[in-house]
Amino acid sequence: MKYYRSHVLVSVDPECVKRGAHEILDALQDELVAEGLIDEVQVLETSRIGDPAQGPDMMVYPEGTHYIGLTANDIPYIVKEHFLKGRVAAKFVAPEKAAVESELSAPTIKEIRVVLRNCGKIDPENIEEYIAEDGYMALAKVLTDCTPDQVIDMVMRSGLRGRGGAGFPTAKKWSLARDAVLPEKYIICNADEGDPGAFMNRLVLESDPHSVVEGMIIAAYAIGAVRGYIYCRAEYPIAVRTLNLAIRQARSMGLLGDNILGTNFSFDLEVRMGAGAFVCGEETALMSSIEGKRGEPRPRPPFPAVKGLWGRPTNINNVETYANVPQIILKGPEWFASMGTEKSKGTKTFALAGDVSHTGLIEVPFGISLREIVYDVGGGIKDGKGFKAIQTGGPMGGCLPAQFLDLPVDYETLGQAGSIMGSGGMIIMDDETCMVDIARFFMEFTQDESCGKCTPCRVGTRRILEILERICAGKGKHGDIETLEMLCKEIKTTSLCGLGQGAPNPVESTLKHFRHEYEAHIYEKRCPAKVCKSLIRYEISPEACTGCTVCARNCPVTAITGERRHAHIINPDTCIRCGICMQVCNFNAISIK
Amino acid sequence: MSNLPENVPSNDPVAIPEKRALIDRIVDENKHLPGATMVVLNELQSQIGFVSVPMQQYVAKRMGVPVSSVHGVISFYSFFTTNPRGEHTIKFCLGTACYVGGIDQVIEKAKQVLNVAPGQTTPDGKITLEICRCVGACSQAPVVVVDDEVVGRVRPNKFPQLVRPLQE
Repeated sequence: MKYYRSHVLVSVDPECVKRGAHEILDALQDELVAEGLIDEVQVLETSRIGDPAQGPDMMVYPEGTHYIGLTANDIPYIVKEHFLKGRVAAKFVAPEKAAVESELSAPTIKEIRVVLRNCGKIDPENIEEYIAEDGYMALAKVLTDCTPDQVIDMVMRSGLRGRGGAGFPTAKKWSLARDAVLPEKYIICNADEGDPGAFMNRLVLESDPHSVVEGMIIAAYAIGAVRGYIYCRAEYPIAVRTLNLAIRQARSMGLLGDNILGTNFSFDLEVRMGAGAFVCGEETALMSSIEGKRGEPRPRPPFPAVKGLWGRPTNINNVETYANVPQIILKGPEWFASMGTEKSKGTKTFALAGDVSHTGLIEVPFGISLREIVYDVGGGIKDGKGFKAIQTGGPMGGCLPAQFLDLPVDYETLGQAGSIMGSGGMIIMDDETCMVDIARFFMEFTQDESCGKCTPCRVGTRRILEILERICAGKGKHGDIETLEMLCKEIKTTSLCGLGQGAPNPVESTLKHFRHEYEAHIYEKRCPAKVCKSLIRYEISPEACTGCTVCARNCPVTAITGERRHAHIINPDTCIRCGICMQVCNFNAISIK
Repeated sequence: MSNLPENVPSNDPVAIPEKRALIDRIVDENKHLPGATMVVLNELQSQIGFVSVPMQQYVAKRMGVPVSSVHGVISFYSFFTTNPRGEHTIKFCLGTACYVGGIDQVIEKAKQVLNVAPGQTTPDGKITLEICRCVGACSQAPVVVVDDEVVGRVRPNKFPQLVRPLQE
């Protein structure tokens, strides 16, 4: 193996590629050859490092210097400064993220990276880089030093709970599968991350696939499985490619296949792709999809641990759960259990999205408050607007208003507040978001994704959606709120799987915390957040309008008329309230009434 | 030709020898796998671009499974299409972050520029518009996927620039 004094990792995140990451790679190669440094500095491709909007970016190790906003023309200068003269090219260095905010409010708040430890740091397509970061050491330790029961005991003492959302103790699941009597057991990794607003698993799979593969092999050893499947959604083609490559590399090194690491333990793994059905994230539906059938859930019990894939005992965990396992084995269950709260141990990745300053992936210990996540890690609400709600747990989760901001995040507290942990999507909404419209959006999603097998979910979600659509259209009537509450309760208690049981959550939580918005829509025919199209109209202020015609040219239905350099007007009868005019106006002359 | 379904239009992939050879290869390579139906259909969708009704009948026969079980899978999952798509596909992400971020306005603009709605293909067969589920690029919302490339932070008035190269 060759040794290098420096490593340059260039982000080839799709956004960075679009912004010229490949040109950066070419320029680096040329320049390093020209300066005679090509044997000293290794250039690698990696997934996302920082915010791709500031890309293309690259990270130089061992110093850990993060250069952003690069063009190919900047490369000769950076190579000369950094690698020849040994000093940082200061003008391209990324500013420390949100240093000011975190200093002001809570300097102790830090992200702890367990699952994301290697993301953006190693080349996901090179198994040697993972091994250099102590990769597959946990597996070696387990196979040579531990019995399966000892492995399960370690996971038990760590307190690890399922990261897919339900929070079931992982060790308990494993021992159920281990105790199952039928032979030929299976292991499945649920990588069908379908919650809109969640992309934690995608990033782990794309940038550190071996951590998941290693976790799965350890789990297979613990329960005695012969074969494993990673079920990945079709929307993640890069993750599928990276995983397949990782599996091939692991197999060629004897980490998968017959007699792993020379022991008598044999196990192999393959990737199966979904085809765009949200319900396949539910474990029983996922298994019928792997079996090549329609992804419809079935009643439990029997649980998968007893009767799962092809009727055999099956253990199924989420990507993040498996990725935690090697670290627990290596650093010890006590280390893992030292992070988090009494009942929720370790860290959790969250995908921050919506109206927050720093969107992206974070990993924080359990017990951190929502306020710390939104303001310290996320940098607060974008454009100085006010906080309205945080939506946790995806379309089966709830919307929590400001009074819950100091809630410590763990499985129990979020559940008590009327939301769920879910897989970890967090969408922050500012005060210009209409909560009735958001509830309608989620119902549209669940109604469309309901598989249709059980009646409460198939028909019930449709009825709720119809009522919400009516309310948003200004045609709500007395009794609607009560009907919604009744429907929510019944769908929740009578649906077959988690999709139906969770589907009413967004409606229930918004009814509870933002009831006044429903009332304004129904009784006053008014949308307080000025979002619902039937209840608003756009107007041009004659004083502010300069007659530049940009709005008229962009209007899709030619509802805007007026002469150049004279104030324009919007015809409310043809206007479809798409809001494009307001976005393109350079003079803030258009407002919503 | 006896294993071909009846009344196959001449432009259907099973009636075109090269395409049929590809279908045969995909089926034969995968049919021994447990749960092969999904694997075969995913491959057909990605390599041929759609799975027509004659293709479903042909594949079912070659795999030795009932047509109903192939058709059941096709109709259940949104990724499978039974009609050919345009040369390029533009998908609008309808995840929560993109919704909050204004993907609706981008869709409106697209309808205005291309004169087709999501689910349709332009008359020249160049571009198909589609709605898709969250692609997991939420920090760049609103997002569209042009063929396989994710384009983030799309503004409605920048949409024409995005489609121009596809129309050439």
